[in-house]
Amino acid sequence: MSRLFKASIIENIQLVKNHYLITLHPLEKIKKPKPGNFFMVAVDHNLYPLLRRPISIHRWLNGDFQLLYRVAGKGTSILSRKKPGDILEILGPLGNGFPLKINSAHIILVAGGLGVAPMFALAELLKKRNPALYYGARTKKELLRIDELNALGLDPIIATDDGSSGEKGNIVNVLKRHIARHLSSISDNMLFACGPEPMLKALSLLAEKHGLQGYMALEQHMACGLGTCLGCVVKTTKGYRRVCKEGPVFPIEEIVW
Amino acid sequence: MADKKSINLTVMIGKLKLKNPVMTASGTFGYGDEYAEFIDLNRLGAIVVKGLSLKPKEGNPPPRIVETPSGMLNAIGLQNIGINNFIRNKLPFLRTVKTPVIVNFFGDSIAEYVRAAEKLSEADGVHALEMNISCPNKQAGWSIFGTDPHVTSKVVSAVRKATEKTLIVKLSPNVTDIGLMARVAEDAGADAVSLINTLTGMAIDIKTRRPRLANIIGGLSGPAVKPVAVRMVWQCYQAVRIPVIGMGGIVSPEDAIEFILAGASAVAVGTGNFIRPDITMDVLNGITAFMKTEGIKSINDIKGGVQC
Ligand SMILES: Cc1cc2nc3c(=O)[nH]c(=O)nc-3n(C[C@H](O)[C@H](O)[C@H](O)COP(=O)(O)OP(=O)(O)OC[C@H]3O[C@@H](n4cnc5c(N)ncnc54)[C@H](O)[C@@H]3O)c2cc1C
Ligand SMILES: Cc1cc2nc3c(=O)[nH]c(=O)nc-3n(C[C@H](O)[C@H](O)[C@H](O)COP(=O)(O)O)c2cc1C
Ligand code: FES
Repeated sequence: MSRLFKASIIENIQLVKNHYLITLHPLEKIKKPKPGNFFMVAVDHNLYPLLRRPISIHRWLNGDFQLLYRVAGKGTSILSRKKPGDILEILGPLGNGFPLKINSAHIILVAGGLGVAPMFALAELLKKRNPALYYGARTKKELLRIDELNALGLDPIIATDDGSSGEKGNIVNVLKRHIARHLSSISDNMLFACGPEPMLKALSLLAEKHGLQGYMALEQHMACGLGTCLGCVVKTTKGYRRVCKEGPVFPIEEIVW
Repeated sequence: MADKKSINLTVMIGKLKLKNPVMTASGTFGYGDEYAEFIDLNRLGAIVVKGLSLKPKEGNPPPRIVETPSGMLNAIGLQNIGINNFIRNKLPFLRTVKTPVIVNFFGDSIAEYVRAAEKLSEADGVHALEMNISCPNKQAGWSIFGTDPHVTSKVVSAVRKATEKTLIVKLSPNVTDIGLMARVAEDAGADAVSLINTLTGMAIDIKTRRPRLANIIGGLSGPAVKPVAVRMVWQCYQAVRIPVIGMGGIVSPEDAIEFILAGASAVAVGTGNFIRPDITMDVLNGITAFMKTEGIKSINDIKGGVQC
């Protein structure tokens, strides 16, 4: 089982403008990814773009798997034009993934924007434990995979910036209010989050204020994905740590913003 | 046609014999162990490890890398685990690999270079030293060692006295006359020169109007630098008698052969390892295949073979 493999594209569909779901069939058996793991995808054989693109595992389908991605620039734009039957060269699964031994009674999941890509994988795995899923996006259209989340029995608590779905405003504020209401049992909770940096920062402050334990998946520009280039570090209380190796999932209290 | 068995890939770098000319470039291959999963490390000509200093170094704040057309800028800031840590935790694994290990190192003063070279020379399993002189000099207002011929001469001479191991000097390409720098290194006692290190560069985010790297300036590597690197290798080959190790943008066997024709005795693959972790094997297999079809018996026969 090599972590360097080829996969053929089963489907590469646009969910809404600029947001795609790609389903891949590895041409050999691969290691089963954990939620929070990611793949380095070579979008082309050309020298430009040169580097692979890191994308999280979104869903594992018994050997096949799905990635959920947003067209952010050159690389993801090329990826979005790939057709069923095309072959991609992929490296992975990589990174540490979310810790799955969770002792707390309650689990809080927070996804912001494309952060739903890895949080979906985690939610699916933890669904028997009835996690509370908080999901924020800019607008209703960009709330992805709602039907699938509902089908798993995970009814997300929603907020959108423009109020087109769920509460108007910031998902962290919604969580803040809920915490204020149930303050007594806070130490019984474990928080997992992925999303844009401002959201994660706000969540960190919230977690610190209430002594809430948890983990967050971070992003950083990457070259190797294997821990060798030292390009993808983030600052932590233990010094610089590689997002591709020690991360992408870090304990909240270790992240230095 | 030359058959596979009669093809001679061995090359000499100083006292060091390499079974083939394909090495890894420092800083792009970690300490080797990370790549054992993807390639047979025993097949490499040499493993060159990430640059080490006496004490561990934290490196630069992020973002440290940015992709550019057919290349990348990095400003890692020489982050490394330190020589002691390397000897204790990384060398034992490398000793099990039947490939020479070349240790890239640096210091922020001549004294530090010397102490680092001494320490590494005593370690079991270090086959050669590669000194990175593209780093800042504390005693000279943090100017780069390898861009001033006098300083280069001093630091290489000092290290030469401190080690019996094969000493490779890794030249900085950010100079006007690379041939001169190669000659200075040769005169100061280097057994070989390697080049190119990264070319300094910069990228700006036009929306935020901020540099894309926290360090503002970084080093350019990858296919984008290859023509510059080939030119410099060719100039050094003409300037010195010691072997030249060529690198800069090698991602295919054809790239590697171009460097050898320009005068490289051996080549190193750097950024290419990020694109495909098994790329060194493609380069090696492709060189062998090329020699077979071209009827080349020894890789040394085409070294410097460009007809100008
Ligand atoms: C661990 C990890 C998991 C990720 N998971 C997902 C996911 O599931 N879905 C998704 O849509 N996106 C995900 N991203 C972000 C995704 O990698 C970037 O959007 C993508 O690399 C952009 O490439 P581009 O060529 O389209 O954009 P460009 O802006 O043209 O890219 C230029 C360079 O910057 C890098 N880059 C740009 N934005 C980011 C970013 N946010 N993070 C890291 N590198 C970046 C690119 O990789 C490339 O090297 C993840 C990032 C990381 C680090
Ligand atoms: C991420 C990164 C880290 C590097 N670290 C070092 C280093 O520690 N010491 C050194 O001498 N060169 C270092 N280099 C330079 C490479 O060894 C090589 O000289 C250069 O990248 C050109 O080759 P390439 O285009 O094949 O990458 C580094 C390059 C990169 C991209
Ligand atoms: S991407 Fe190279 S160390 Fe993380």
